[in-house]
Amino acid sequence: MTVRHALLAAAILALIAVPYAITEQYYVNIASQILLYAVFALGLNILVGYGGLVSLGHAGLSGVASYAAAYLLAAGHGHVVAIAGALAAGLVTTAGFAALSLRASGISFIMITLALGEIIWGLAYRWISITNGDNGISVATRPAPFGLSLASADGFYDATLIVFLIAVAACAIFVHSPFGAALAGTRDQPRRMNALGFHVWLIRFWAFMFSGLLSAVAGILFVYYNEFISPQALALTASAEGLLMVISGGAGTLLGPVVGAALVVIVKNVVSAYIARWNFLLGAIFVLIVVFMPEGLVPGTVRLFRVAWRSARRPKPATAAAAATPAGEPKP
Amino acid sequence: MSALAVKNLSKSFGGLRVTANVDFAVEPGERRLIIGPNGAGKTTLFNLITGELTPDAGSVLLFDRDITRLPSRNRPHLGMARTYQIITLFPRDTILRNAMLALLGLSPLRWNPFTALQRQQHLLDAARAALARVGLAEMAERPLAETSYGEKRRVEIAMALAQQPRVLLLDEPFAGLSIDERRDVRSLLSSIPRDVTVVMIEHDMDTALDLADRITLLHFGEVVVEGTRAEVVADPRTREVYLGE
Repeated sequence: MTVRHALLAAAILALIAVPYAITEQYYVNIASQILLYAVFALGLNILVGYGGLVSLGHAGLSGVASYAAAYLLAAGHGHVVAIAGALAAGLVTTAGFAALSLRASGISFIMITLALGEIIWGLAYRWISITNGDNGISVATRPAPFGLSLASADGFYDATLIVFLIAVAACAIFVHSPFGAALAGTRDQPRRMNALGFHVWLIRFWAFMFSGLLSAVAGILFVYYNEFISPQALALTASAEGLLMVISGGAGTLLGPVVGAALVVIVKNVVSAYIARWNFLLGAIFVLIVVFMPEGLVPGTVRLFRVAWRSARRPKPATAAAAATPAGEPKP
Repeated sequence: MSALAVKNLSKSFGGLRVTANVDFAVEPGERRLIIGPNGAGKTTLFNLITGELTPDAGSVLLFDRDITRLPSRNRPHLGMARTYQIITLFPRDTILRNAMLALLGLSPLRWNPFTALQRQQHLLDAARAALARVGLAEMAERPLAETSYGEKRRVEIAMALAQQPRVLLLDEPFAGLSIDERRDVRSLLSSIPRDVTVVMIEHDMDTALDLADRITLLHFGEVVVEGTRAEVVADPRTREVYLGE
């Protein structure tokens, strides 16, 4: 465990050091984006990885929170009201999503979440009196909690990092808890769980709510990061991207969605500056992952390391034979 | 008072009557064997008793309490546990964690998202005790995927017993086992204390005969014969059902 703790401490220190090590604002902003998408992917992973329920409508949940915050700010409310309102709107929408979609599982569940996500997108696009339609809503200022301004790239990164670390810790506690074990049980054997006395539907509902809470938090970070929200952020492609983050990094692992978020954001923003057909590259990377590490990058890498470690520890037949020869014998 | 009573229970799938006016009562502490050839409606009867299927008519009583309309997930909390004919376990987890899930099902702790499951010492101890009862204590940490069929069968029984049921329903506990494994499971089942009522399904007549106090013979969803072991074995209708005369 100590090695694990040391690695964890090193990772956190490295994350804190990012704005000091990288002086260019552009790259600090990319790092902020990775962290906020990681929060989104962590939330989606609770449902997809631990609950076995694949959602294609999660951008709708974060989008509702983004729009609620932007709308309240544009109406002249303060940041506290905007953030509280965004969380409330996100959670209420999540409860609606869960109540409707949890009537089914498997493919039907995917289709219902997809449809619900599209409804939210349609509202954002067409309910112009509230959402300003395709033009979106601009946000004038970022908040300044405890007098610390988030206006600069560094300041915003630090705030996002704190939220991200809280989200990771919350997920870690959640998946190792009795409730987390129950959720994983409903993924693997819902019928058995029912026969053992678990309320499968309600377990899935609360997991969906936790997932929706993290999505709403990501939505708030998103709207403050861009200082703007438009229907594009709620489109099906945004939900699908989140799903790709979870699956490419490793569904059902804590680190997987974070790695997946980093991969997608880097390819989308950094690599696209050099390669015009970056979509093609992203697709190719996913094909490679699916072919060589179908379980995702993080579990796949762990597997490769285990194999390498075992073969390194096992003495080779040649060395064993050499060791078996008497020590005193002169070599030819 | 009977531990488990079934009154006029009926169930049809479309035009097929799989359970037809089934009526029986099991006394507390009794060992009841339900036999019948393939397709007699034994597993359907179990699914009606545990609530995984809703009967078209009739009622199910657990210690005189009518549980016919009670959701199946509430029945373990009243002391009803079951095993499955087709092994239904958690393949990604260790044997120990399978047993812990059985215990968690009856604990209010199952709603707790804040504490670490691995730190629940009483749950760990109880799970180990349940595994020791079926002789799997030494391999508790082994992933379920790396165990034999016979061991999985014992995990099934351990999970049911871990819930300290008052009525235990066993769906073909000997199915697919080797002769040695059958002997192990048989001694395991005969070691269950008499404060647990056991209802067991078996499609092969001889396998579980010596474990039973009373036997109910089911054929085409109907009770054909019911009585003590000797009565049912001697009854000409039993011969008819099994040998087809």
